Amino acid sequence: MIAMDSVVVKNLDLNFGSVEVLKNLNLVVKNGEFIVLLGSSGCGKSTLLNCIAGLLDVSEGQIFINGKNVTWYEPAQRGIGMVFQSYALYPQMSVEGNLSFGLKNAGLPKEEIKKRVAHAAQVLQIEPLLKRKPAALSGGQRQRVAIGRALVRDVEVFLFDEPLSNLDAKLRTELRVEIKRLHQKLDNTMIYVTHDQIEAMTLADRIAIMKEGVIQQLDTPKTIYNYPVNKYVAGFIGSPSMNFLRGTIVARDKLCFEFENLEIDLGRYNFQKNLETDKSAWFGIRPENIVVEGEAKTMPESFDIEIEVVEPMGADTLAWSQVGGQEFHFIVDGNSALAPGDRISVGFDPAQASIFDLDNEQRL
Amino acid sequence: MADSAVDYPLDGPRGPKPRKMLSRRNIILYGTLFVIAVYYLIPLYVMLVTSVKGMPEIRLGNIFSLPLEITYEPWVKAWSQACTGLNCDGLSRGFWNSVKITIPSVVVSIAIASVNGYALANWRFKGSNVFFTILIFGAFIPYQIMIYPLVIMLREMGLYTKLSGLVIIHSIFGMPILTLLFRNYFTTIPEELFKAARVDGAGFWGIYFRVMMPMSLPIFVVAIILQVTGIWNDFLFGVIYTKPENYPMTVQLNNIVNSVQGVKEYNVNMAATLLTGLVPLAIYFISGKLFVRGIAAGAVKG
Repeated sequence: MIAMDSVVVKNLDLNFGSVEVLKNLNLVVKNGEFIVLLGSSGCGKSTLLNCIAGLLDVSEGQIFINGKNVTWYEPAQRGIGMVFQSYALYPQMSVEGNLSFGLKNAGLPKEEIKKRVAHAAQVLQIEPLLKRKPAALSGGQRQRVAIGRALVRDVEVFLFDEPLSNLDAKLRTELRVEIKRLHQKLDNTMIYVTHDQIEAMTLADRIAIMKEGVIQQLDTPKTIYNYPVNKYVAGFIGSPSMNFLRGTIVARDKLCFEFENLEIDLGRYNFQKNLETDKSAWFGIRPENIVVEGEAKTMPESFDIEIEVVEPMGADTLAWSQVGGQEFHFIVDGNSALAPGDRISVGFDPAQASIFDLDNEQRL
Repeated sequence: MADSAVDYPLDGPRGPKPRKMLSRRNIILYGTLFVIAVYYLIPLYVMLVTSVKGMPEIRLGNIFSLPLEITYEPWVKAWSQACTGLNCDGLSRGFWNSVKITIPSVVVSIAIASVNGYALANWRFKGSNVFFTILIFGAFIPYQIMIYPLVIMLREMGLYTKLSGLVIIHSIFGMPILTLLFRNYFTTIPEELFKAARVDGAGFWGIYFRVMMPMSLPIFVVAIILQVTGIWNDFLFGVIYTKPENYPMTVQLNNIVNSVQGVKEYNVNMAATLLTGLVPLAIYFISGKLFVRGIAAGAVKG
């Protein structure tokens, strides 16, 4: 065991009856790291968090926190604090009661409890609310108290289970920044579950993208965005989502991606492995990597298309079109006067693309 | 076509739609409700009126007429002088017996059932579903089947005819329905609250007393009402498992009203009946609102 590691999940299985939720899952979280578990609902991300917290008994495997094997420990003994989506504040207790409940259970002396509650209240700016009941608080204030409840416990590891999903969009952005600030100040390890990719990209040191109980890719937000390991990750990260064109990789005088009657030169693309020729594949390119009109001519690849639908989103406008009979969308400036039926030339750099095997959907 | 809403004319319907108080619909609705209410309250009225009349006035046969001369003599007699068998100390003895039966039965059954319900809802232990099914099945077994075996069991335990024996019987028979009630209520409490309490280091009893119980006042009120009225009104178990000195109020009331010797004192009978019904009545009046809230929260959902 290396001292740097804060949370280690080793060969973890979890079954509910005959349903396998987590399959041989391994995860190493470094000290002070902010890890986001990202995935659509039912991918097992919350289940994994509950296993780390000790709220679910694992079927197989081990969990280490700070070098100690805590697989059989009660949640309170693991040195974790947890924040829930529904806040889960005790409705009959005041804010102060909520913050001190765990400390009282741990049998801490009164002065120590007072000191810690005061400190947490000051960090989270909830001092004026201490005497209030949760029902008298707004959503944002409640979530702050819930974070405070984890904070007073003075733990190494913070677990967040979709803490911002119940808040409205504006408050979510505010609290997101606050959580990031808190992490920078405290330097604790944080494991954060969400289905919101913006939260994941903005908060995480590393993101673990999960699907069907398996971590698909664990890497920095930048790497995941630029070099997704498979088609699922590529489609999940990024909004609007990546374009996928179906075709064949052929070797003529140079390597080309061929679909319908179009050809994309792959000379600039950095392949992971050697290819057999005539391989069926997906060619993925992000809408934000596509440029239009004059700029398009400067790109290695460019062609003309006809606009079908235009979706103005304020800062940008999303344009929908077709390339070789396949759906193709890209982002243009919000002020452009693009209209359905217009013909426009688009271009991109194949070096920014991602190519996936058609069969196993892995990056090529 | 006007350009903005301001340009539209102001005449015509405007604001809330007016409602007529004396519409045909309202007359039929409230009329029906009134008739049904009167229909339900007539027996109570007859009892009240008769209980404050003297016997000569009752013999005139005008049961609906108001009393010419109000007397509380029948109430006093029913409480402290009416005879059952050889005892002539009125209903007061039965009342205190009923109190001694009801209070411990209610406390014991609710204490056990609420913990049962909490464990079944939150701590999903191994075999909890089997346990729950057996318990619920118990609610559907007719009482008659269990009466005689219970007589034998109480006799062997030396509790037959004793008040404590009856307390045990009531506690057991309250268990299935109360456990179901509490389990359903506790499952409506968000699971995350329970998880948060576990992370905060609270154990089985800590979570029960400090987190769950303070949130469960409505369902406790429902359980108390169900048990108090059920046990207070019980006749069958009272007459089977006790002896005359220990008879609860209901059994004693029956013995007073159904005595075949002497004159039928209708006013005393009415007063005795009202006295017996006073406790459940009071409970409903005091806690009606909480009762409805608890029923809505616990029994329907889950």
